[in-house]
Amino acid sequence: MKKTTTPNRVRAVTGRIAQTIPVLFGVVVISFLLTRALPGDPAAYFAGAAASEESIQQIRVALGLDKSLPQQFLIYLQDLFQGDLGQSISTGQPVATDLANRLPASLELTLSALLISCGIAIPLGVLAATRPGSAVDHICRVLVTAGVSLPTFFTGILLIYIFYYLLGVAPSPLGRLDFIYIEPDHVTGFYLVDAAIAGDWETWVAALKQLVLPSITLALFTLAPIARMTRAAMLSALSSDYIRTARASGLSDKKILYTHAFRNALLPIVTTLGMVFSFTLGANVLVEKVFAWPGIGSYAVEALVVSDYAAVQGFVLAMAVLFVILNLVIDLMYTAIDPRIGFDSQ
Amino acid sequence: MLTINNLAVSFQTRRGEITAVKNLSLTLDKGEVLGIVGESGSGKSVTSYAILRVLDKGGKISAGDIHYSGIDLCEISEREIRDIRGREISMIFQNPRAALNPIRQVGKQLEDVLRRHAQASAQDAKEKAIEALKSVKIRDAESRYHAYPFELSGGMCQRVVIAMALACNPQLLIADEPTTGLDITTQKTVMDLIRDLIRARNMSSILITHDLGLASQYCDRIMVMKDGEIVEEGIPSKLFTKPSHPYTRKLVNATPRPDDSVRCLLADEIKSPEPQYAVTEEVLLDVKNLSKTFKGKNGDVHAVKDISFQILKGQSLGLVGESGSGKSTTAEMLVRLIDPSSGEIQFEGENLSTIPSKVFATHLRRRDIQMVFQDATDSLNPRHTAQDTISEPLRRLAKMRGKTLIIRVKELARLVGLPEHLLHRFPHQLSGGQKARVGIARAIALNPKLLILDEPTAALDVSIQAIVLNLLADLREKLGMSYLFVSHDLHVVKLLCDKVIVMRNGGIVEAGDCEDIMSAPRHEYTKELLAAAPAPPKRKDVTELA
Amino acid sequence: MTAISDNAAPTDTGIDNPSSHRDGPFSHIAYVLRENPVTLLAFLLFLFIVGCALFGPYLVPYDPLKTSAAHALQPPSADHWFGTDSVGRDVFSRVVVATRLDLSISIAAVGLSFVIGSILGGIAGYWGGWIDSVLNRLLDTIMAFPLFVLAMGIVAAMGNTIENIIYATAIINIPFYARLVRAEVNIRRDAGFVRAAKLAGNTDLRVLIMHIFPNTLPPMMVQISLNMGWAILNAAGLSFIGLGVRPPTPEWGIMVAEGANFIVSGEWWLAVFPGLWLMIAVFTFNLLGDGLRDIFDPRKRT
Repeated sequence: MKKTTTPNRVRAVTGRIAQTIPVLFGVVVISFLLTRALPGDPAAYFAGAAASEESIQQIRVALGLDKSLPQQFLIYLQDLFQGDLGQSISTGQPVATDLANRLPASLELTLSALLISCGIAIPLGVLAATRPGSAVDHICRVLVTAGVSLPTFFTGILLIYIFYYLLGVAPSPLGRLDFIYIEPDHVTGFYLVDAAIAGDWETWVAALKQLVLPSITLALFTLAPIARMTRAAMLSALSSDYIRTARASGLSDKKILYTHAFRNALLPIVTTLGMVFSFTLGANVLVEKVFAWPGIGSYAVEALVVSDYAAVQGFVLAMAVLFVILNLVIDLMYTAIDPRIGFDSQ
Repeated sequence: MLTINNLAVSFQTRRGEITAVKNLSLTLDKGEVLGIVGESGSGKSVTSYAILRVLDKGGKISAGDIHYSGIDLCEISEREIRDIRGREISMIFQNPRAALNPIRQVGKQLEDVLRRHAQASAQDAKEKAIEALKSVKIRDAESRYHAYPFELSGGMCQRVVIAMALACNPQLLIADEPTTGLDITTQKTVMDLIRDLIRARNMSSILITHDLGLASQYCDRIMVMKDGEIVEEGIPSKLFTKPSHPYTRKLVNATPRPDDSVRCLLADEIKSPEPQYAVTEEVLLDVKNLSKTFKGKNGDVHAVKDISFQILKGQSLGLVGESGSGKSTTAEMLVRLIDPSSGEIQFEGENLSTIPSKVFATHLRRRDIQMVFQDATDSLNPRHTAQDTISEPLRRLAKMRGKTLIIRVKELARLVGLPEHLLHRFPHQLSGGQKARVGIARAIALNPKLLILDEPTAALDVSIQAIVLNLLADLREKLGMSYLFVSHDLHVVKLLCDKVIVMRNGGIVEAGDCEDIMSAPRHEYTKELLAAAPAPPKRKDVTELA
Repeated sequence: MTAISDNAAPTDTGIDNPSSHRDGPFSHIAYVLRENPVTLLAFLLFLFIVGCALFGPYLVPYDPLKTSAAHALQPPSADHWFGTDSVGRDVFSRVVVATRLDLSISIAAVGLSFVIGSILGGIAGYWGGWIDSVLNRLLDTIMAFPLFVLAMGIVAAMGNTIENIIYATAIINIPFYARLVRAEVNIRRDAGFVRAAKLAGNTDLRVLIMHIFPNTLPPMMVQISLNMGWAILNAAGLSFIGLGVRPPTPEWGIMVAEGANFIVSGEWWLAVFPGLWLMIAVFTFNLLGDGLRDIFDPRKRT
């Protein structure tokens, strides 16, 4: 049986990777359309308020705005392939460079939030599922519902008020590192990792302190979907026939819970993670603004304020590409867990 | 070996505590096979779960004791009973595919059991697991070891479940409807396998089933359960000859026997005269070279291959086959829900196969061909009352409205024996038999000339099946309809049909008069089907014995 | 005629078929509310919020736009329950009045995505084939964006107005409805009652609209309720970063954003009250969604 299954699975995996190509293309088309749908005349923006009609026309030609839509799309594609996302008006830098510089900050925040959230939500969901209807279950339900109802920007502000203003235990909510510390040497761009590599534990602790509040804010928001799905998936796994078979065979509770129920429950949980990533990346923007976190989210918000559209579009595209990659990783994880993938696709 | 005294099992539900099993006592000797027979809701499965204490959430043993080899299974700790499960007493379940973990190799699942009960070490577990697979006659056991349940057929999955149950050489095997959902021929091989294995190991066994015929064939002793209580107990032949409890009598009557007519299924006090059908010589339906090919991902699937047959006006034709035989596809084509790939459907001389199924819904012939569906629950719109459901064809195809509509619906309800006050109920407020009646009323609302019955009793208990079959016979007599009766069960088909067609792999293997085929089947496959069907003693023989 | 012995009421043992119950929908709702007082609370909160949206503007003690330099940055008191903001406006009045705007935005957005999503999903789920593939590709592309980020992009591109906030929120919600309806329609496409409806003379379109679609409504209600909360969060989030609603219009997101500047100096009431109000509104819809799920399908509670 195994012999026939393996090529199918390889085909399923390559098929899944190939599937990202049309999606990426769609993403590019949409972000191009968003660029084109700009209100007013982009050329006039770039030329500035004092520009003459002539110089606006010049810029229009320079930007290629006088060409037909398909031509413009081709130019847009060409620029993309060269990593050119245009110039940011506010920073004067190429948007691609800005994004690359700020991406690690966003990723560090997002990933640590996800770690916290999975680390709490999955055990909580399992606990609730093994005792449905109990106090743990009800508390879990109310807590996670409250968590998802908290606007992230509000949670952030509340946490700042409590831990910074009232208790004074948190550092001032301004960025990734207090100004008295020097940034660790750039290796990965993740301060925690870089500081650890450099062996600079003082900076490491300082960076961690800055990271705690924003990542908890973000994690609170994503607790609910993960915990709910874990609970639901565990409940449905625990009530399936194969669990009864396992019980009737005398297997231990631990074996039943982990080898049989949890591994089956992981499938829907992993699927939910995709949605959770979407929420996290979106909420990330708000959290970065609240904590003045120098990631790509706050970059986009600053750009929005000054109508720096190239920067905003670059940001949207970058986020989409990031998300497509994350989804791909999730689906590949799914394929690794579920032997039926590849079989169904016949 | 196993003694149960005054067992009661109750469930905590939102309506308070409900007793599923009460006052149940039984004994089981070494080497004995005991059958527990009952209809749905009788508490027979709950009893078996109670023995191993694997009741669903909310269920508990509220009274009584269960002694196994001197141990009270109700008293010992969870840890101790875990050592008994699978080692001393094991179970096999209905729906074998769901009974296996879908994402774990079957060999590993076997190993889990072996290792748990110290029947194998890490080194020889795999070897022992393969051995266990071989013992249930799985060919190519080495490679099946790596298979996942979805890669195996239903019958093969049940073998794996049996292998798991018997892996640690238990003394008692509890089989809970082990063949539900399997084809008749597979059912026979699985049941024979179980019987041979438990005989060879001198084990005891409890077989839980709804099928009195099956139980009579494989059990030494049978207990009949109703509403959580045992109503009668005895050896199979005694139950069939001298059933003492009224319920057993009803159940015995309702179980179709080889020599039955449709009225035999009813209790004496409600028996009506045998129906007289008027079969004409006029051809109603003429099917010529009908084929259906589906596009599959691995090439074409030939569901129905070039079949031809006729149905006369007033005649009833049975279409018999196992799953995958193409019988349902044929029915769907004839009722014009799907389009045939080729061939003709001549209905009263008019070729209907050229009319696309998409527009047939509003075609004039729509009212002439109707269907009763397999699962009554699934065939009723959950948001429509019985009245809405029965009115639907009248409103749409006969444009009936207002008072005439209500009168007709009530008339139909009377015709199918549905009390008028139930017309305002929703499907979930009706019992299985009542839902079947609603479905039949809808199908006959427009006086169709051809009624297609797609396993109309497959989801029903036998006692209700008996009533529904008789109702269908009455309607045929009264309304002069022709039937195409699709079923997997030759014995049931025989009760209602004059002619029968046996299908396999999309083709017709044998066709002819019901009596002839039942008494002298010519084709090997028909013989196999007849031999595989559980055979309760003939009514004639039993009467003679008595 | 044969005897009618199966016409007794369905056996109510409830063991083989726990969902079998003979009582009407109301006693079921009563049961759910009794079992789960949280749902009852959600219903009450819902009525309260709708009340605020309808009558709030007529009931509040102050004009939400009237500034008063003399009363700037006052902490909560008997006169100003939620205090006053930096230009002396009454926070309580602003918070209550904002209910209507925030609720309107999310109702409009959710309504729009419900209608469009249902149509798209219904067609794709019923007929399948290439329509289904095209729709799936389209939805995949929308879902390929982190949804809040896409909404940001849309509003930035189309212009910074309330209508565009509604459109953006609707667009990012469409996939949820389209997918749900598609799945719900798809599993019923070959159900017995659908085939029976065709035999009764219903055309495909009629089958879809009259028979299948009403059966998809219960899960849709749950989705609507959960989405309402999410739509409110989205709209508030967009205004928080300066998109959509503009000051001085009272709106929860903007009020939190304005209050954020004062939090580090201890004037907490500016941000906390609108934030709490917003949270309660979202919380209500989420709880309500859970409650509706219990009412429609007691087994599928998550």
